[in-house]
Amino acid sequence: MPATLTAAPRRRLPSGLRVLEVTLTGWTSLVIVFLYLPILVLVAYSFNSSRLNIVWESFTVGWYRRVWENVPLLRAAENSVIIAAVSTVLSVLLGTVGAWLLHRYRFRGARGLQTLVAVPMVMPEILMGISLLILFATAGLGLGFTAVIIGHVTFSFPFVLVAVQARLKGLDPAMEEAALDLGATPLQAFWLVIVPCLRPAIVAGALMAFTLSWDELIVTFFTTNAASATLPIRVFGMAKVGLNPMLNALSALFIVATVAFVIFSDYVKKLGR
Amino acid sequence: MSTMVDLRGVTKRFGAFTAVNDVSLEIASGEFLTLLGPSGCGKTTLLRLMAGFDAPTVGSVWIGGEDVTQLPPYRRPVNQVFQSYALFPHLTVGENVGFGLRMQQVGQAEAAARVAEALALVSLTGLDTRRPHQLSGGQRQRVALARALVCRPKVLLLDEPLSALDAKLRRAMQLELKRLQRQLGITFVFVTHDQEEALTMSDRIAIVNAGRIEQLGTAHEIYHRPATRFAADFVGQANLLEAQLLLQDAETVQVAVTGGLELSLPLAAWPVGATTALIAVRPEKVHVAKRRARSNFYASAANRFEARIEEEIFQGATDHLVIVTATGTRLGVVVANESAFGEIFHEGDRVYCALHADDLVVVRAD
Repeated sequence: MPATLTAAPRRRLPSGLRVLEVTLTGWTSLVIVFLYLPILVLVAYSFNSSRLNIVWESFTVGWYRRVWENVPLLRAAENSVIIAAVSTVLSVLLGTVGAWLLHRYRFRGARGLQTLVAVPMVMPEILMGISLLILFATAGLGLGFTAVIIGHVTFSFPFVLVAVQARLKGLDPAMEEAALDLGATPLQAFWLVIVPCLRPAIVAGALMAFTLSWDELIVTFFTTNAASATLPIRVFGMAKVGLNPMLNALSALFIVATVAFVIFSDYVKKLGR
Repeated sequence: MSTMVDLRGVTKRFGAFTAVNDVSLEIASGEFLTLLGPSGCGKTTLLRLMAGFDAPTVGSVWIGGEDVTQLPPYRRPVNQVFQSYALFPHLTVGENVGFGLRMQQVGQAEAAARVAEALALVSLTGLDTRRPHQLSGGQRQRVALARALVCRPKVLLLDEPLSALDAKLRRAMQLELKRLQRQLGITFVFVTHDQEEALTMSDRIAIVNAGRIEQLGTAHEIYHRPATRFAADFVGQANLLEAQLLLQDAETVQVAVTGGLELSLPLAAWPVGATTALIAVRPEKVHVAKRRARSNFYASAANRFEARIEEEIFQGATDHLVIVTATGTRLGVVVANESAFGEIFHEGDRVYCALHADDLVVVRAD
């Protein structure tokens, strides 16, 4: 850990390159507008009393009330939170312990295992979904919460594992030895010294896992049942029937939640330092 | 004095590589022993065998009269100061120092008192709430030392703990470590590749090379009576001369060394029955003067010869010369710059040289 973190001096473009500066500023603004204009429009129209998205009638919070009164939608949101939370916890456990075992112990097939672990990160979700469906069907396990959570963990724990592995590569191997030398058993050394050293990576991996689970649609689609339908599944179902301003309201709430989440995760990361 | 650490016929192999090759070593209780050698010689592996991080392939490790070969590091009565210090970044200085006591489940009040005592011992009182990254290199080093000492180990293992410090701080810490060791009476096993560090601190030095201990002795013995070519070369500087036996009488032998210079040395020093041998001569043992000195030293020296200065490098306190004899033997010479004779040496000067028979040391060539 560097003792001092000095910000690199801000470099300005040479004064002769005003044209370039203007062009770059313009380009950046354009990108920002393209990214956020649709979102702004969406939020704005969530307060529109018209059923049609293109015509502005008058201000209303009615759509928000409709969301609040839509029990299946709220149940779906609750399911999403439960599934994301549980699969995050499991991913963190599996990913952290797995990374430590792969890092610390030499065994036959370690390299192969490493590759196998990385595959779900790049595998098309549709394949994951179908294969999980086949697996649960042949194993005679019903679809529902457990199936969805298992599905989410399979593709999100590798992200934790990779983040933790990267951190482990930079970790002083003497750290564990120092703990053992001071009387800690290997388990104590892992919990009391290694895990705290890995905290920033674990937090980053956990946030990643939560986000992945939270907005996952395809794998969920293949493994869920009516009782465990998540928010993305519900929204997708509603959108198929036709765009409804209630979706605008729901999306606006989603955006608020996301921004809050980003701010919260920044705060957590700062604590981890 | 009783034996604290006892390595018995220890060999450690990593695959095809033999890091430690049949080493037996007894370290006395309360001794400051240094394992000195170049990187990759096996000295760190020896330390790791004592700490329990590695298990010997052959042989056994005894500490305090107990066979600890099969004991994991957390059951051994030793503690280590790591080269990287390995302080726990998420803990404060106080928590770092108290970690070992926490593992031993020492009561809070006693632990607090012992942590304070350990911090006082290394002059870090009042810094216990700091984090490691808020400390200077020297302070971190002291925390690592306090963290190991607070556990009251029977043996303290130190793996090049001073190598990350600047020269001035390093010298101060050498003296402080030595003082601490005297004060606490704990056995210290110190690993270093720095011969000056070894000479400064150790009761005994073990010269380690290619997985073996080449020589074990006090700083004086190692310096004045190196046993092998490696020991002579690694500790201090040495002129290494191939000697050919010319004459032998009841008390002395006459030899011709590389370049043709003839020297005599005591018969007792010469290996029995040998016709050739390797002789090491410390550069400061060659006495040179521009005038034929009338000093007792010159008169009493068994070996007197003339030479020419080929090279002269002035280094302040000392003057480093390369001299060549008439027949062509080259010798490195170090002269203390005391100017007792008011002499200043220049390249090309003729000098009178004297060399005591006792200062010619026959070393093993392997």
